[in-house]
Amino acid sequence: MLLKHTPEMISERSALMINPAKTCQPIGAMYAALGIKGCLPHSHGSQGCCAYHRSTLTRHYKEPVAAATSSFTEGASVFGGQANLIQAIDNIFTVYEPDVIAVHTTCLSETIGDDLPQIFDKAIKENKVPAGKTLIGASTPSYAGSHVTGFANMVKAMAALAQPGGEKTGKVNIIPGWVEPADMEEVKRIASLVGVPITLFPDTSGVLNGPLTGVYSMFPEAGASIDDIKASGGAIGTLALGEWCSAEAARLLDSRCKVPCSVLDLPIGLQATDRFVDTLRIIAGQSVPDEIVRERGRLVDLISDMHQYFYGRKVALVGDPDQLIAMTEFLVTIDMVPVHVVTGTPGKKFEKRITDLVAGTDHTVNVRAAGDMFLLHQWIKNEPVDLIIGNSYCKYIARDEDLPLVRWGFPILDRQGHQHFPTVGYIGGLRLLEKILDALLDRQDRDASEASFELVL
Amino acid sequence: MRKVAIYGKGGIGKSTTTQNTVAGLAEMGRKVMVVGCDPKADSTRLLLGGLAQKSVLDTLREEGEDVELDDIRKPSFGGSWSVESGGPEPGVGCAGRGIITSINMLEALGAYDEREGLDYAFYDVLGDVVCGGFAMPIRDGKAEEIYIVCSGEMMAMYAANNICKGIMKYAQSGSVRLGGLICNSRNVDNEREMIIELAKRLGTQMIYFVPRHNDVQRAEINRKTVIEWQPDCSQADEYRGLAKAIDDNKMFVVPKPLAIEELEQLLLDYGLLAA
Repeated sequence: MLLKHTPEMISERSALMINPAKTCQPIGAMYAALGIKGCLPHSHGSQGCCAYHRSTLTRHYKEPVAAATSSFTEGASVFGGQANLIQAIDNIFTVYEPDVIAVHTTCLSETIGDDLPQIFDKAIKENKVPAGKTLIGASTPSYAGSHVTGFANMVKAMAALAQPGGEKTGKVNIIPGWVEPADMEEVKRIASLVGVPITLFPDTSGVLNGPLTGVYSMFPEAGASIDDIKASGGAIGTLALGEWCSAEAARLLDSRCKVPCSVLDLPIGLQATDRFVDTLRIIAGQSVPDEIVRERGRLVDLISDMHQYFYGRKVALVGDPDQLIAMTEFLVTIDMVPVHVVTGTPGKKFEKRITDLVAGTDHTVNVRAAGDMFLLHQWIKNEPVDLIIGNSYCKYIARDEDLPLVRWGFPILDRQGHQHFPTVGYIGGLRLLEKILDALLDRQDRDASEASFELVL
Repeated sequence: MRKVAIYGKGGIGKSTTTQNTVAGLAEMGRKVMVVGCDPKADSTRLLLGGLAQKSVLDTLREEGEDVELDDIRKPSFGGSWSVESGGPEPGVGCAGRGIITSINMLEALGAYDEREGLDYAFYDVLGDVVCGGFAMPIRDGKAEEIYIVCSGEMMAMYAANNICKGIMKYAQSGSVRLGGLICNSRNVDNEREMIIELAKRLGTQMIYFVPRHNDVQRAEINRKTVIEWQPDCSQADEYRGLAKAIDDNKMFVVPKPLAIEELEQLLLDYGLLAA
């Protein structure tokens, strides 16, 4: 019992977080930056920040993650980080030759008040930025928001590269949100099947799920190209997938470059994917291609074939807002019961959205934004569930409460596959259901008496 | 909307001058928001008629991140809005970060949006620009014009010169410019001439000379701006004059700070001249 000190009785906590369900803003900013082709993420702060953020991404994606740091010392903390950052920009462009440096701040550089646009301007005036190279920067203090906020801030910084009055590209921008590399690939595949030319940014497919070739390349031949991102101001529209991760960037393109945007949920599960495909279909001005119709049919088939095993099963969910909203809707669609939903990311509108999604059912839902794993565990003790869906940190609760766990979200540190197989789209829905069924039916087999141990389920 | 920041040495009368000027602008029919950036949260006392309001950072601490604009912005004299950034007790925490946080929050809540119909936003900033946080109001896209309150005293002029160094740094990459020096008179010998000369050397102007008058203190005791407390007194007209000078101002420059020896010499020349 690793969590044996978690009491069943829930008491009001105002100033204590136990086992947080979130992490640092820069981790999100770094992941987003890796979705730009030829980009080196740069952490403007002390070395420890950079080391932690890189290693967390590496542990999840099982790929090397290169990132630079301003290496703050006592001196930089007192005199400001400008000298360190300008030196870093000079070194990086000289030694590693990326096309882009994506700088994010840290708690320390934010607190001492370093102003990235002012430092960038100075670096450019001092000719530290070679022609054709790009600097982008995002403010990512970890004492506000979460890793999701950091991701959104860096994506917004990408959108800020687009200039008004650019040439019309006839393409649609899709901002995919914080999803796995395989999910980004799947979004591109669906758009291409419907026949919509898109610019996807960020795009980590091929970057963080690359092949082992025997040759290390610091900048894989993948990711959204900086030229495409700059040209996104001339797109005919933007689809932002997920309010938390993508909407701000899309709204910036709307207000600055007059590119109309619509904010959709992440296309996870049947209905959210329906809305995504429908939106693409309307843009393309054609009917949904047969291949996608068949994929949808296979998902509906699995849902109806195995409905008896889904029906009424209670689920506890933890993760990031955009994912949880889509997953809650999906679970409700297949008649499972999301009873506890926790995200570490703050935002009251999350709680309202989840409550609304469950409102049409016979059940109520415990939902908390800016919550933690400890609360989730307490809720589970008070109202037991059949399944937990969440990141690797859930394994402690699953073990103590003897519950099946489906690993989904960020970070997954102890299993593989998440970076290679999508959970978005209809195909992703099939995979999610496969994982949920495996977990539930393995448990049923384990617990069945000899008399009721069935071969065919 | 014009975004104005008022800087100057501690105790020089920035908050008093700002609020009285804002009262003058409000009287002229301008819509003004004042953002107090002093951890003591005493920058809007005269406009509000007391220190009662809760600061942005107090609200943030108590309400978490779900703050509404009306939680932190209070209606004050002449249809103006007053906001206090607030900050930690002396000796703890990080006041500079507080300013960054509260200005970001005001922007996120849309306090500067066009629909608010503001003519002016005034930032009243703590004495010296002691750290990055206190420079927040002059980062690119924030305040675009700065007025430095000073007097003919050495330390006030020294502080004004130092603030010009900060402005120069940010002016190189942004749109912030110096609009002038406001001389808040301490009845020093040759004060008017000396500040006019200092302004000239800095490349700017003395936009107004506010004479010393006890009515300012009397109005403060009554928790009012001079214009509200005694609209007909001579000092009220001085603040109207300052308000009009700012409203009409067209001279915005990147200042050229003086070397310390030059500053000392200036004081010596004008001080000795009087003796």
